[in-house]
This record gives sequence, structure tokens and C-alpha cells, in this order.
Amino acid sequence: MEYSLHFGAVWASFDRLLSGLAIGLALAVVAVAIGTVLGLLAAFAAVSPYRPLRSLAGLYVALIRNLPLLVLVLLAYFALPQIGIALDKYQSFAGALALYSGAYLTEVFRAGLLSVPKGVIEAARSIGLTRLQTNVSVVAPIMLRNALPSLGNTFIGMFKDSSIAAAIAVPELTFEARKINVDTFRVIETWTVASGLYIAACVVIAALLRGLERRFPKF
Amino acid sequence: MQAFLDQLWIARWPLWDGLLLTAGIAAAAIAFGTLLGGIVGVQLAYAPWWLRLPFRLYVDIMRGTPVLVLILAAFYIPAVAGLSLGPTEAGTLALTLFAGAHIGELLRGSLQAIPPGQAEAGRSIGLTFPQLLAYVLLPQAARSALPPWINTGVELIKGSSLLSIIGVGELLLRTQEVIGRTFMTIQFYIFAGIVYLVINIALDQLGKSLERRVGQH
Repeated sequence: MEYSLHFGAVWASFDRLLSGLAIGLALAVVAVAIGTVLGLLAAFAAVSPYRPLRSLAGLYVALIRNLPLLVLVLLAYFALPQIGIALDKYQSFAGALALYSGAYLTEVFRAGLLSVPKGVIEAARSIGLTRLQTNVSVVAPIMLRNALPSLGNTFIGMFKDSSIAAAIAVPELTFEARKINVDTFRVIETWTVASGLYIAACVVIAALLRGLERRFPKF
Repeated sequence: MQAFLDQLWIARWPLWDGLLLTAGIAAAAIAFGTLLGGIVGVQLAYAPWWLRLPFRLYVDIMRGTPVLVLILAAFYIPAVAGLSLGPTEAGTLALTLFAGAHIGELLRGSLQAIPPGQAEAGRSIGLTFPQLLAYVLLPQAARSALPPWINTGVELIKGSSLLSIIGVGELLLRTQEVIGRTFMTIQFYIFAGIVYLVINIALDQLGKSLERRVGQH
């Protein structure tokens, strides 16, 4: 079949793709920020000596990691209003993605916590720091540094998953690409450019993270 | 609750069909994806750079692009290329290409983690490269790639829910259709969630018992 490439129609709407990309990045930043708090809490719970806390953290991780993100998103957007919680599409997607990323980050931070040498914790305790002080000013910084590469990978994963917001009509990159695709029928061009934008963003984020890792030497 | 159970009973066959399609799509994607990933992984680990380059490009493009974009591209592009693929075929193709890249990359990691002494020993007793691969390297790599491979299966079950967006009648789309009729939004989404949870946890447990049986060397 005859099909010659004409990128003109896609370039004409390129600003829409770029604003979509920005929305996707913003959603990922908000979600991972909230998810980091959730993940930190759950990770400390997962390594705590109290069994109920450990079970609770385990339940959260197992529950969320085995659910499709799309189901969480649809629940947050379409089902929550049924019990009186009405969120707009941005809030419900960011909330669902935060909950989802929190489960992955729990595993990331748990591995980070286990990577903190026992001797360091013992040293902190022996100079008289309380358990809370030890966790906040000794364990957390080392753990965060060791978890940085996985944290970055999780962020890239969540940025890619922000494409699922298209399902509830959030005008992010995938949603805009689909619209351009249907409007112009420049099918191959649209998806090549959309995919290229995602890959370029991932490469840039990965490079920035690599720089961050170099600035903070590994413990 | 009774009203929900009544509706669930009425909708049992469409939901069951959806579940079967979800399982079928994920199974096809993991089967073909493993075949593809096997080839990709071996090329990435052992091929000379000029042969490795296209495989690396394929893996990086697949891993840098969201699954939903792959699914939409597989849905829209074949038509202009003169191929007619139904939504189910297109979606399965996208998931297969996604799985192939991920499995290829994790197999590469496992192959490169094998101590070089293993390959040298195989060489020195006169094994050809295909023999070395089949009897020495792949069995060891398969063992250490098993946990992430099972995890890819879980990701594929989850990813198959995205096919509802292009109109494939898998579990999530069937659930949405039931919700469209009954307006029991929370109940049926939670029900679908529980079904996904049960399948994925079962898959995870199956993987764990398989790991125990194969054992680490």
C-alpha cells in the first residue's frame, strides 16, 4: 500500500504533544513525591520489630503490586464518587499513581534499609542517639543514597505509566497523540514522534539521575 | 450486597469470558515473548557489536515507550501498512513485543552473570557454541532469570487490562460493560480487582514453588 511519510501534520500540533509531556511529568512528580512518603512509612513498618506493622506493610505492597494501575485509576475516578469522594481527573489519577508508586517504593526503601551496615546503627546508638534520631539522621541518609538508582528507575516507570491517564481523558502525551492520530490519520508519524518524546524524556531523566548519583558518593 | 450478587450471577458468563481472554492474551504474550526474548538475550550477550546494535535498539525503544503507547501504535499502524489485525491480535502483538524486550534484557543479565570459567570449561572439552549455549549457559541463566520472568508474567496480566482501551473484551472491558448496565461501579471494579489479585498472587506463588524445586546452584 502507498504510504509516504509527512511529518508536517504532527509538527503542526507539536506544542500539544509537548504540553502533554509536561502534564505527564508533573503527574509523575506529584505521585512519586507522595509515593515516597508512603513508601518510607511502609518500609520502616516492614522492617519494624512489631508484627502487625510488618503485616500491614506487606499487605499494602502485595495488594497494590498485583492490581493493574488502570483498575486503581478507574476506581479512584469513577467509583469513589459513589461513596461521596469526588476528585477531578487530575487528583484521582495522581492519587492512584501515588498509591501505586508507594508500593514499589516500599520495596525500594526496604532494600535500602537492609543495605545500611549494622555497625553504623550500633555506633549511632552507642554515642547516645535515640532510636528516632538514629533513624532520621543516620539510617535515612545512607538508605536514601543507596536507594537512589532504584528510586530513579521507579520514577521513570511512573512517568511512563502516566500515559494511562489518557484513559480518563487527562490531556497528557498519549491522549494528545491519539487525538492527533484520529484527526490527521498520520498514524506512523504520530506514534513515532510520541514514542520518541517518551524515550527522549526517559533518557534525559536517566542522565540527570546519573549526575545526581555522582554528586553524592555511595556510602 | 444481595443486589450485587444477583447482578454478578446474571453477568457471570461475560465476566468469565473476559477472564479467559485476559489469561489467554497474557499466556500468548509470555510464550511468544519468551521465544523472542530468548533470541534477543543471546544476541545481546554474545553477538558482535554490529549485530547487537539492532537488538539493543529494539530493547531500548520498547523499554522507553509506555505499554499503552505500544498498544495504541500496534492498533493503528498495521491498518495503514495494509495489514488487518483485530484489536485482540494487535494488543497481543504489542504485549509480546514488550515482553520480548524485557525478557531479552533480563536473560542478557543472567547470561553475563555466569562465571566465565563455565564457558571456558565447555570450550575446552570441545563443545561448539550452540552446544555450549544449550547444555551449559542457558540452563544456568534460566534458573537465575526465573523470578524476574514470573514477574514479567504478572506485569503482562496487569498490562492486558490496557487492551480494554482499544476495545478488546477482556476482563476489565467486560466489567465496564456490566457497570454500564448496573451502575454498581465500586462493587464491580473491586470485584475485578480481586480477580486480578487472585490470579497474580497465584502466579507469584507458582513461581516461588518452581524456584524452590529448581533450586539455586
